[in-house]
Amino acid sequence: MRIALFATCLADTLFPEAAKATVLLLERLGHEVVFPFEQTCCGQMHVNTGYQKEALPLIKRYVRTFEPYDVIVAPSGSCVGSIRHQHSMVAAKHGEAGLAARASAVGERTYELSELLIDVLKIEDVGAFYPHKVTYHPTCHSLRMTRVGDKPLRLLRQVRGLDLVELPAADQCCGFGGTFALKNAETSTAMLADKMTNIVSTGADVCSAGDASCLMHIGGGLSRLRTGVRTVHLAEILASTES
Amino acid sequence: MTTFLGMPATAPRGVGNLRGEQTFPEAAHEALANSQMRRNLRHATTTIRGKSGKVIAELPDWQALRDAGSAIKADVMSRLPDLLLELEQKVTDAGGVVHWAADANEANAIVTRLVRETGSDRVIKVKSMATQEIGLNEALEEAGIAPVETDLAELIVQLGHDKPSHILVPAIHRNRSEIREIFLREMPGVDPALTDDPPVLAAAARKYLRETFLSTKVAVSGANFAVAETGTLAVVESEGNGRMCLTLPDTLITVMGIEKVVPTWQDLEVFLQLLPRASTGERMNPYTTMWTGVTPGDGPQNFHLILLDNGRSAVLADEVGRSALHCIRCSACLNVCPVYERAGGHSYGSVYPGPIGAVLSPQLTGIEDNASLPYASSLCGACFDACPVKIDIPSLLVHLRDKAPHPRSERAAMAAAAWLMDKPKMYASAQRAAKLARIAGRRGRGLPPPLSGWTAGRDLPEFPSQTFRDWWAAR
Repeated sequence: MRIALFATCLADTLFPEAAKATVLLLERLGHEVVFPFEQTCCGQMHVNTGYQKEALPLIKRYVRTFEPYDVIVAPSGSCVGSIRHQHSMVAAKHGEAGLAARASAVGERTYELSELLIDVLKIEDVGAFYPHKVTYHPTCHSLRMTRVGDKPLRLLRQVRGLDLVELPAADQCCGFGGTFALKNAETSTAMLADKMTNIVSTGADVCSAGDASCLMHIGGGLSRLRTGVRTVHLAEILASTES
Repeated sequence: MTTFLGMPATAPRGVGNLRGEQTFPEAAHEALANSQMRRNLRHATTTIRGKSGKVIAELPDWQALRDAGSAIKADVMSRLPDLLLELEQKVTDAGGVVHWAADANEANAIVTRLVRETGSDRVIKVKSMATQEIGLNEALEEAGIAPVETDLAELIVQLGHDKPSHILVPAIHRNRSEIREIFLREMPGVDPALTDDPPVLAAAARKYLRETFLSTKVAVSGANFAVAETGTLAVVESEGNGRMCLTLPDTLITVMGIEKVVPTWQDLEVFLQLLPRASTGERMNPYTTMWTGVTPGDGPQNFHLILLDNGRSAVLADEVGRSALHCIRCSACLNVCPVYERAGGHSYGSVYPGPIGAVLSPQLTGIEDNASLPYASSLCGACFDACPVKIDIPSLLVHLRDKAPHPRSERAAMAAAAWLMDKPKMYASAQRAAKLARIAGRRGRGLPPPLSGWTAGRDLPEFPSQTFRDWWAAR
């Protein structure tokens, strides 16, 4: 299958391993990945911070860039949620009914990685090998905006060598929330502290998630505390093999 | 004939409890340092969450009930004026008197006048968010009338010269030893040997309240619902104090937000299932008291209903924002909110804390007066899933953020970022420049504001040696 990759601005700039792993995984599974260079950012940061007018060109850019493709994947439950639910809403609110309709259509063809694998490509065992003790943080937008459900866990359970340990209070927010982490830094840090306590309590070596943003926040906290627990994107685990 | 009554106005300043003195981050700074309060809150919200989740899981049609609740509320908002006129007619027909209050000042003046007319210098109060909203207790005290809260938690808050920090559990931030101290210090006639055993504390409050119930002739209540088709008011509660206030006094004055009206009795059926399960985690609330005007020889012989606007028409005028008026004050969103759990109710500066407060308060006051509230959320969405009438609070927050006044420097930075991100080639150059500049420096510590909040508790990631798009181009 020919799949267009939306790398997301965060993975493109700061966490290229997550996007690279997405490419290598899909290619290993026999699919063709294309990366349209005109892509940049879905505009979620602008929408969520209260700058819908400023987000509009980014929404147009996303729609224009990915309209030609039948299947689009992003290694982020959060960006996919924004694309599906916010693009058409913002467009409609700014009197762009035509754009809203096009955004809805492109949004329906945009999948988060675990959705693409299970719902579209119909595969749960991607042939990965990852011999580590891993706990999984489901990320709020994956859970409640994109509704990926337990798909990431179903994929992880098939990974050879992987010891999956349950994260207590997994569905509680890690405190990132985009600009929330800056505007309400102290509350955000208090939420992060509880998330880290739960992660450390599992005894896992690795905390994984489907969003580089939450992992950046959690990873930044774990690093500051010198816990030794690493954060690794779901795509990197799934892309990992024995050889 | 049409009458132009003016544009809907927001709630007036200088009266009531809708505006805090500090922004949310400022107030949260103090609350976060209070480890006792954070422990109390975490314990209480975790307990309620567990109870509520269990009884909700018993209902096979919970999602359908939520849809029904949401649909009824949307219908009410679409024809609110007609329903209120119908309610007024039916209440009047049943022997009640209806008053219309445009704002907190009018409502307080009406209640004060009505109490004075009875000659009483004391009123007993049923727990009511509306009267907290308008600062009725303060207004009555200024007029020389003593308001006595009869809900146990509200009484604790009142005696502690405190403000409620939760819609349903106003004293959620207090533990039993704190409550004992408050009682010993403030409760008239309390036994000096009082212990902090909950039944002992409850018995002390009961004794004090019984005496007050039996000697007070006027009661002030709020209303959970008002049924337009019959003019019936309803209050749901757990302790029975409300029922005492609603049945014993000669005069009953009810202050009700105009959004509380429902068309028919059949609509109540939906909400009486949704509210207790979402709210206290009970299958049915222990006391549901309903009254229709005045019944000779039974209950209060004078009944007044005050229909309170106080900014609600302004909320209604916003097609997106109006769904905040669907709220039935169950507080489920507070109990699941990770921000509320850490920062506590007082940080919101309004009588309406938590996620619903973050969308309701700024709309009632005008966004300029509560501009930090729509940002008091990580948009995790737990509130939306918990809301029994399906208010899409995250979308409302995003909607209000778009209307909020923005700091000039932030506006410039966001505009610049959007401009750059709409130019892929320049964006790619900027990515490389940022890497070279190593703005993260010293492992990301000590960045200047507004980024300093990040580096206070977290390390920034190292810039990778190659962006994804450069990797792709080099493949």
